[in-house]
Amino acid sequence: MLRFEAASSSPGEPWLNIAIFGAFVAITMVIVFRASRNNKTAADYYAAGRSFTGGQNGSAIAGDYLSAASFLGIVGAIAMTGYDGFLYSIGFLVAWLVALLLVAELLRNTGKFTMADVLSFRLKQRPVRIAAATTTLVVCFFYLLAQMAGAGGLVSLLLGIGDQVGQAVVITVVGALMILYVLVGGMKGTTWVQIIKAVLLIAGAGVMTVWVLALNGFDFSALLDRAVEVTENPAILDPGLKYGVSEIAKIDFVSLGLALVLGTAALPHVLMRFYTVPTAKEARKSVVWAIWLIGIFYVFTLVLGYGAAALVGPEVIAAAPGGPNSAAPLLAFALGGPLLLGLISAVAFATILAVVAGLTITAAASFAHDIYASVVKKGKPEPGAEVKVARRTVVIIGIVAIIGGIGANGQNIAFLVALAFAVAASANLPTIVYSLFWKGFTTRGALWSMYGGLVSAIVLIAFSPVVSGSETSMLKTEAIDFAIFPLSNPGIVSIPLAFFLGWIVSVLDKRREDPLKQSEMEVRSLTGLGAEKAVHH
Amino acid sequence: MGKEALSADVDLSHVDYPAVQQSPEFQELRKTHRSFVFPVLGVCLAWYLAYVLLAVYAVDFMSTRVFGSINVAMILGLAQVVTTFAVTMWYVHFANKRLDPKAEAIRDEIETGLFEEAGEEVNR
Repeated sequence: MLRFEAASSSPGEPWLNIAIFGAFVAITMVIVFRASRNNKTAADYYAAGRSFTGGQNGSAIAGDYLSAASFLGIVGAIAMTGYDGFLYSIGFLVAWLVALLLVAELLRNTGKFTMADVLSFRLKQRPVRIAAATTTLVVCFFYLLAQMAGAGGLVSLLLGIGDQVGQAVVITVVGALMILYVLVGGMKGTTWVQIIKAVLLIAGAGVMTVWVLALNGFDFSALLDRAVEVTENPAILDPGLKYGVSEIAKIDFVSLGLALVLGTAALPHVLMRFYTVPTAKEARKSVVWAIWLIGIFYVFTLVLGYGAAALVGPEVIAAAPGGPNSAAPLLAFALGGPLLLGLISAVAFATILAVVAGLTITAAASFAHDIYASVVKKGKPEPGAEVKVARRTVVIIGIVAIIGGIGANGQNIAFLVALAFAVAASANLPTIVYSLFWKGFTTRGALWSMYGGLVSAIVLIAFSPVVSGSETSMLKTEAIDFAIFPLSNPGIVSIPLAFFLGWIVSVLDKRREDPLKQSEMEVRSLTGLGAEKAVHH
Repeated sequence: MGKEALSADVDLSHVDYPAVQQSPEFQELRKTHRSFVFPVLGVCLAWYLAYVLLAVYAVDFMSTRVFGSINVAMILGLAQVVTTFAVTMWYVHFANKRLDPKAEAIRDEIETGLFEEAGEEVNR
């Protein structure tokens, strides 16, 4: 049995990890520069000239979606709390059916660059765009902060940098690289980084999975037996270790599951990826590719999680820097020594880089296209001004991400990812569904639904146990306790509320929306008429 | 792109959308689409919700060992993955066969300006 020093030092060779990550950066940088020579128009910058194929875009979606939380978090969760970690990942996968069946193609057919394009299509432009851009920016900000906060822990684990200053330097480097990719490469560069990262991540996880299974004679049951033996806890094979501890925890998980399954199809950075393909048919293919890649990946994580429990052991994982997040890297070390650890570490860094880049370009596009060009300049910006504003926004968001990442380093803000899904599911999904499928939906209904969903999700979280009331909350003290809402996940309240608000306000609204616009939107969404095709240079 | 004209290049400012929307072809497309996606998605979400509720409220059942140490929970979890893949392929097959030809026919009619005059017999 391998045992590691449970100090703040990293197993493996930090310089090797850095070298492999450096090679990834160098290779992707060359590709980004080559791919982005034609970044001139807004369609180039935001939507990569609509030139990606379904397969490429599907891989990029997987690269965007499988964040460090998915990889390190779920492997760690399965290793430590057994089956409940897997239960969590299933919601992330099933959610894609909502995207496939309801959203992807219709959205591709009716929008140009952002979610707000679709939501404001047949309603009043200004107020709906402002609301949609607000929810986009809020979701991106929460998601971004969660990713950057995780970066600090990863640095200490993978590079052996334990002190805050050193970690801050690495977070700054990662943030600066991200700014460079997005600034130079736009959506094309971001997409290539995501594709390469997805291939490396899934291939790496696949190799480790086969390796773990080979060590157990390709008998999954034997692997489970070994995990039970090492952890001395047969309950890790059954649900309930994490989400079954109390009645509140059970309802909380149902609430989380609801947010995961309904939030994915309303995440702005996922939606924006559908504009990078030329047709609705390619958008459909993208989702199919994404579903296969993501589904296979989550099956790998099931094996890797129990593999980490069996081959590394929960005590070693708990004592390592980064705690449960270190399960996957420690398993890589146990299997393939420093080299495999270096590869997996580089993939983990690339993951943060790719996800943060995707979020940044989405937020920048939303600000420049929805707020600046459509609201401030009333749809008539100077030629080239919109992309210029987008690039400046990228730099600002990048700096905010770096500062936020350093500030949030070591903070307990893992709930932010779940919150981002809950906000997306409550603030965005009802309006997306109603405006695509319900003729009677009105501007007032959209605004009530979006702001109602957004505000209720955030207020409920603020008064929940994740923010105050215990040592493990964000405020880290029992002295301050305003947790009057018992659940950590607001979805079970805020999602039905937002659907209800959108419906009741529209029904009571005496003003009707333009029926011509409704006809146009419905015809376009289903037939693909007038949807912009690939731009060739 | 080949011979097909780029949709974006075609002037769409004179398209009578309400007329297209009311046409039997479009109503047929709309009905075909909705009568697939709503029930299928409904069943999938119900199946997922059932799985989540079983996992939190029926732990004993989910912990029943089936093969060796593999229990009902593992099998149902993997079944969720399998049904997600299956529904995906089913929808793709359905969309390629039942939705795309209908959508394409309507689009061609509008783009070639034949919608009003020859709405009935074109592309039958």
